[in-house]
Formats: sequence, C-alpha cells, structure tokens
Amino acid sequence: MAIGRTYAVSLLGLEGAIVEIEADLSNNLPGFVLIGLPDTALGEAKDRVRAAATNSGCGLPNRKITVNLSPAALPKHGSGFDLGIALAALAASGTVSAESIDRVLHIGELGLDGRLRPVNGVLPAVLAASRAGFTTVMVPSGNADEAALVPDMRVIAVPSLRDAAIWHGGEFEPEPVEIITRPVAAAVPTDSGDLSDMIGGSDAIDAMLVAAAGGHHVFLLGPPGAGKTMLAARLPGLLPDLDPQAALEVSSIRSLAGLPVGSNLTTRPPLEAPHHTATAAALVGGGSTQIRPGAAARASDGVLFLDEAPEFAPAALDALRQPLESGVISIHRANAVAHFPGRFQLVMAANPCPCGQWGARDSECTCPPNSRRRYLARLSGPLLDRIDIQFRVERITSAQLRLAGERPTLSTADARATVTAARDRARARLAATPWRLNSHVPGSFLRGRELRLAPKVTAGLDRALERGGITMRGYDRVLRVAWSLADLADDTRPDDTHVGQALYLRKAMSQ
Amino acid sequence: MAAKDVLGARGEELATDHLISAGLEILDRNWRCSQGELDIVARDQDDVVFVEVKTRSSVLFGHPFESITATKVARLRRLAAVWCDAHPGSGATVRIDAIAVIVPSRGAVEIEHLKRIS
Repeated sequence: MAIGRTYAVSLLGLEGAIVEIEADLSNNLPGFVLIGLPDTALGEAKDRVRAAATNSGCGLPNRKITVNLSPAALPKHGSGFDLGIALAALAASGTVSAESIDRVLHIGELGLDGRLRPVNGVLPAVLAASRAGFTTVMVPSGNADEAALVPDMRVIAVPSLRDAAIWHGGEFEPEPVEIITRPVAAAVPTDSGDLSDMIGGSDAIDAMLVAAAGGHHVFLLGPPGAGKTMLAARLPGLLPDLDPQAALEVSSIRSLAGLPVGSNLTTRPPLEAPHHTATAAALVGGGSTQIRPGAAARASDGVLFLDEAPEFAPAALDALRQPLESGVISIHRANAVAHFPGRFQLVMAANPCPCGQWGARDSECTCPPNSRRRYLARLSGPLLDRIDIQFRVERITSAQLRLAGERPTLSTADARATVTAARDRARARLAATPWRLNSHVPGSFLRGRELRLAPKVTAGLDRALERGGITMRGYDRVLRVAWSLADLADDTRPDDTHVGQALYLRKAMSQ
Repeated sequence: MAAKDVLGARGEELATDHLISAGLEILDRNWRCSQGELDIVARDQDDVVFVEVKTRSSVLFGHPFESITATKVARLRRLAAVWCDAHPGSGATVRIDAIAVIVPSRGAVEIEHLKRIS
C-alpha cells in the first residue's frame, strides 16, 4: 500500500485536537510536499524529516511524497509532528508496518542526525490523546517521564527515528545513540520561608489564614518594610496540597510554558510574582500564531502575587477582571480562541502613596494630596470590588519585637493543617453545590433560606449597608469572609464577632 | 570525449535497450534544436514519449532523479512542443518520462523508469 497513516496532536491552549497524518507515495520525480495549513516551523519539517531519515539509515524512497495533515482547516504549529510525518512516509514506502503506526499517536521533533528532540506541551498533548481514546503514544526519550504522568496510557519512549522504525517492524539493526534531554532550568529556590519568621502582625497572619481557608483574594496596603512581600510569599505554603485533577492541570501548564515537569506531578500550589512592568499579554497570555499561557494561567490553582500593584499598567490589571470572574482565561485571536484555567488566588500589595509613608505611625508622608489620591486610583474600582480581603499592614514597633520572643509563633505546617481542616468543613457544607470554596459561593446562596444568618448576627453589617458604608456586593463579600472565619474557628455558623471581623478585613483600607 | 560524456552515452544506450524490451518503438535519439536536446523520443501505443535519461556511477551525490528539477521539466515540455511541430501527425498524446541509470564500477546496473513525471 502506498499510503501511510498515523496521528499526532495539535495544541490550542490546553486543549488538544487529534491530527491525522497521511503520507502518499506517487511515482514521480523526488519531492516532498506538506499540505494542511502548517506554520513555518512545521513547514520546515519536510527538510528535517528527509535528512533525519537518510542519516538514521532508513532513507525515504526517491519518489514524490505528499503528506497531508487533516483536518486541513485547523491551523497547526510547532515541530512535534516530525516523528509522525517521518513514520507515515516510511510506512507508505513499506519500510515500517502501516498497521502498527495506525494504532499509535506520535509526538516528537527530529534532529538532522535522526535523534528525537523533546518538545513542549507533551503532558497536555498526551492527555488529549487519552481523552480521544488512544492507548499508546510514542514520545522522545527526553519527554518520557512527563508522558508517563498520564494514567492508563502506554508510553513508548524512543531516542531516535531508527529505534521508532524498529519498534514498528522496520528491519534495522539497533544503533545506540545519545539521548537528547530537555535543558534543565536553573532550580528556583522553592522554599518561600516559614510563617514563624513573621514577627508581630498577628492580625495580618490571621488575615492570610482566612484568605487561605476561603480562597479569598487579598489586597495588602502598607508602608515599605511592613512585611507585605513576606506575607504574600508565605500564602502558597498555607494552601493544602493540590488534588490529582488540579495537579495534572498545573503540570500541563508548566509543560506548555516549557518549564521542567519532572517525573512527578506538581502537588504544591504554584506562586507567580510577575514584575510590575509586565504587559497584559505577559499576565494573561497571548501570541499571534502560537498562544502561550501567561503568569495568571501559570498561577492557576495557586497564588498570583502582584507586588507594587499601582505600578502595573492599568490595562494589564484590568485584563485580570475576566478570569477573576469566570475562572477561565480566554484569549481570542483572528484564527482561534484558546482557553487556559484561571482559578488563581490574587494577592496585591501596594504602598498607600508614592513615598509610601501615608498613614504610618512613625514617619511623615511627603506627597501632595492629589498625587496620593491618584496613586491608589490607578487600581480600578471594578478590580478592587472583586477582592474580599483588603487589609492594612503596619510596621512593627520595638515593643512588638520584644514581645515576639515570648509569644509562641505559628509555623507554616500548623497553619496549613488549620486551613485544610477549615477547607474540609466548607467542602462538606457545599457538597451539594457546584462550589468548593467560600470565595466561589454567590451572595444569593448565602442570603438564601438555608444559610441565612440571624438578624442579630448581621446587625452591624446591616447598619453599614444602611449608612452606605458598603455596597450590596460588598455585603455579600463580608458574608463570605465571615463563613471562612467560622470555618477556621470550627464553628457551624458565623456569629456576630465573625461578621465584625469580616467587616474589619474588608474596610481596613479606608481611613 | 570526457569520462562523464562516455558514462552518459552508455546510460542512454542502456535506457534505449530498456525501452525496446518494454515494447516501445524508438523514434528519435539525441534530437537537437536551438533550445536544447531530447535524449530519446519513443512511441508507446498512442503516446509519443519524451524520455530524459540521467546516468550516475553511484548515488553518493544524490539519486539521478533528484537532479531533474522543475526548470528542467519545463524545458523538456517546451522541447516536446518543438519536436511535435517538426514532426506533424506523429501522435495524439504526449508524455514525458525519466529514466535513471546507475552504473556502479562493480556490480549490476540499475535502471528505474518513471512515467508521466509532469
């Protein structure tokens, strides 16, 4: 048969579409034609494939080879199709078994010497293959551990095209080659410090515990040196381990972003702290042909920390409003729409004014009033409205420093146990609903028949609403935080102190 | 005659024998005009076949077929038209073929015939 057929995956965001690769051999002058909307990197595959096949000793026939990638209308990009194209062409010429390659999905880029190079995004691609019903995939040896993370999938790791051809019944002698591994990125120090390093600021620590327990977004306001960055860096440590589904998603995003994945799924929530010069595309993701995930997608199921938030471009910050609302990042381009998960916990930190001293007890602010006003106005109202906990952090005093040695401090491990217990309470309560965290629950549900709090409990909150101190949306947010406080305190329902504390965590910002 | 021309002439000889044994009638060989040369012109039933012969002593510098480029095929088509003008009533359809002859210094000669290359 002069036709070889196999399969590969084209990724768009985290979703993969199965692409059929057909190779036809016709009696005509030697040539290689690749059709089916390839991008430049994929269009160059024909040269890589021919050189790799010749140099690995399983040369392509001196005939015209036509390779079609279908569905033809789907734009395809990247170099991960090389292995499939080479094997389809070899099957068309009868060098390897056409039945054998028809059952396997192939991912891999070819080097000119015939060795296979690891590619980005193998984990989401193999997941897509698994969902499409494939049970066997062939990947470069350098990607083997990543592909093996997908359950119920037979992974065949091959170092070169020659070995791939031998596996598919090609009659060649095996030739040992040096495996091309993924360049290992310099290890980023993962230890973000322990909660017990924090001196003083016990109500700031409590606020972080509430944020961790309910998954609430946090805004920290305070003068330089108050420990805002220290607090934010410790939040991921307070979060419980990721569940298997979330772990798979976090690892998939890492794979897609070209970060090392390793042989184990990431089980700790990620922390992303982009610099304030980040553009909207760097935050949410972008790109014209290949759409890449941004910092917000990489922080999904973890923490996105924006230090010096008012210094960010307002357009970049407002790009986060849509994922904050829907939990999904959608990037629209002329030829495609890519979706990434966007369930990050947002932590923003800011100085109260350009000089940073406004409101500090120990020093004087030197900013003119209008520049002070303009500084925080750079954070748009709709964005701040989505943040449940807005908290003012103060510098510690010498008295607090002296007291710190005498009081027992809370370690990250203990705090995480408390948070996990609180989350379990919330999950048990919300078992019959689509939500899992207090921060996801809509206000109408909290004010509904089942969970409505007694008028006595909400009296202070009702008064704030009457006076116009908070809006109706703010009212709902206070209720959510109150439920998180109750979960942390191991109470079945929030009482009036919880509501009072929640109101304090919401209102601490206004002077 | 240079060595490469000797090899070329030998290849054309072998290609002609191959065509005759395949039942084709040879009409012309090394037909020249101002625009170039046709290696072999033959008749295969109703088709007039223009054959480009490429001869190599090895495939170390590529397969003979690989040296037949799109430009060369275009020139063959032009030459075919000129030949047909010069020989009116010689046939209904025109076909362009290529024959690769590999003549190694030792071992058997290899002949490959591609039909309808354009």
